[in-house]
Amino acid sequence: MRDQILTFLEKNSKIDPRELAILLGSSEEVISNEIKKMEEEQVICGYHTLIDWEKTDSEKVTALIEVRVTPQRGQGFDSIAERIYNYPEVQSVYLISGAYDLLVILQGKTLREVSSFVSDKLSTLDTVLSTATHFILKKYKDYGTIFGKKSKDERMVVTP
Amino acid sequence: MRNPLSQKVQTIQPSGIRKFFDIANEMDDVVSLGVGEPDFDTPWHIRDEGIYSLEKGRTFYTSNSGLKELRTEISRYLQRRCNVTYDPLHEILVTVGGSEGIDLALRAMLDPGDEVLIPQPCYVSYLPCVVLADGVPVTIELKEENEFRLTKEELLEKITDKTKLLILPFPNNPTGAVMRREDLEAIAEVVIEHDLYVLSDEIYSELTYQGDHVSIASLPGMWERTLTINGFSKSYAMTGWRLGYICAPRVLAEQMTKIHQFAIMCAPTTSQYAAVEALRNGDEDVARMREAYNQRRRFLMHAFKEMGLPCFEPFGAFYVFPCIKEFGMSSDDFAMRLLEEEHVAVVPGTAFGECGEGFLRISYAYSIEDLKVALERLGRFIARLRA
Repeated sequence: MRDQILTFLEKNSKIDPRELAILLGSSEEVISNEIKKMEEEQVICGYHTLIDWEKTDSEKVTALIEVRVTPQRGQGFDSIAERIYNYPEVQSVYLISGAYDLLVILQGKTLREVSSFVSDKLSTLDTVLSTATHFILKKYKDYGTIFGKKSKDERMVVTP
Repeated sequence: MRNPLSQKVQTIQPSGIRKFFDIANEMDDVVSLGVGEPDFDTPWHIRDEGIYSLEKGRTFYTSNSGLKELRTEISRYLQRRCNVTYDPLHEILVTVGGSEGIDLALRAMLDPGDEVLIPQPCYVSYLPCVVLADGVPVTIELKEENEFRLTKEELLEKITDKTKLLILPFPNNPTGAVMRREDLEAIAEVVIEHDLYVLSDEIYSELTYQGDHVSIASLPGMWERTLTINGFSKSYAMTGWRLGYICAPRVLAEQMTKIHQFAIMCAPTTSQYAAVEALRNGDEDVARMREAYNQRRRFLMHAFKEMGLPCFEPFGAFYVFPCIKEFGMSSDDFAMRLLEEEHVAVVPGTAFGECGEGFLRISYAYSIEDLKVALERLGRFIARLRA
């Protein structure tokens, strides 16, 4: 049941618990309770909106930054990760296997803002060995949703 | 000039669906609940395999009965999902959709005058195909009080000494009815006793929502009397690929292959390569789509309940078959007015046999959002009729 609820909410967090209950053959009360419990347990950590910022007037620049760091004794990568994720302009921080250690996703207003974050704040951290910054030019698909594509029903209207 | 047409072809009525299609097709804001095919795209990994086969230049004929690789996968699949054993070399024939299998079976089996039992309401092809194969179609009216299952009594009533074949189309289009194991056992008993054959059209076998599908060929004494039709259209959302298969004892499969060889040569090669991928790695897609259909089914049943529209709860395919007898008009009139006044396209039950009178086929191969719009209009229409 939890998995089914989460699968729905992941795609549409605005879905009415009553409707969800009908779809899953359950009752509204059961669904609402389960959602509430998952919120308390922080299985559900938040509800966000997927926005195609390109369609708005606001300018935004998103960068992926690969960061190589020296892990610290007793704390591994956790404390350096914390130092980085505490910056509000940082959207995501992932620990990554492979050629580098942390992947930092950063959103800024301008290219200059992003680059000054990298040079002034990120690179100057003691444990950071190197960074490589990639700017995102276009988002085609995010969180399973394809941007700008409206699917049209191409089937014939009536078929046997 | 001489009449170019055969008498036989002239006796065949055009499909009752055509009229609705022509009108609905002209409207631009029509909301349809009238399709008989999945709304999902074919899963990408299956399409990708089709594209890949084209890139590799696999654009030749395959053997008449289909790629051996594909027949092997079909054999494994039927063993795994339906508990029936067919030898990929001699008992499986890959066809152009399940529809070709219907035609092949009837042409291979019937002599003039042989009677074929067709439970109705049912898919539109069986009856004309029987006529084209010189058989005599004998319809059996299924009843709502039996949830449109075929009963032993109904079957017995229509058997004569000319009866050769029973067509068994479950899970059913248009009613959504399924036959449970005990229902099939009762039918099998009669079939064996009267020395009949069964053409079991199981194209919707993956779409059942209460217990697994049972193939009649898996029942004792039935394998040798059964021709099993299945395909990729409904389970893997592959209607346009035109690919299905028919499985039967070798003596039948050989003759059907002969007709297929002269009429068709072989099923589309690209589709066959894609289908291999579907059977090898498509189980999860099938489960995902089945779950989505089931949710929509619950959604529709709930909406009908709220509207007070009587409908037995169907557990198969992607159709519901609500009863509209309370409005005192024919299915055809109801569907036509619904189309004209609210721009919602449904198919009148009569398109699937006379006994579909008083019912509508409503398809739930649509997103919940589309269903909501259509149901709102249908609700409005019904409220107006009742006012």
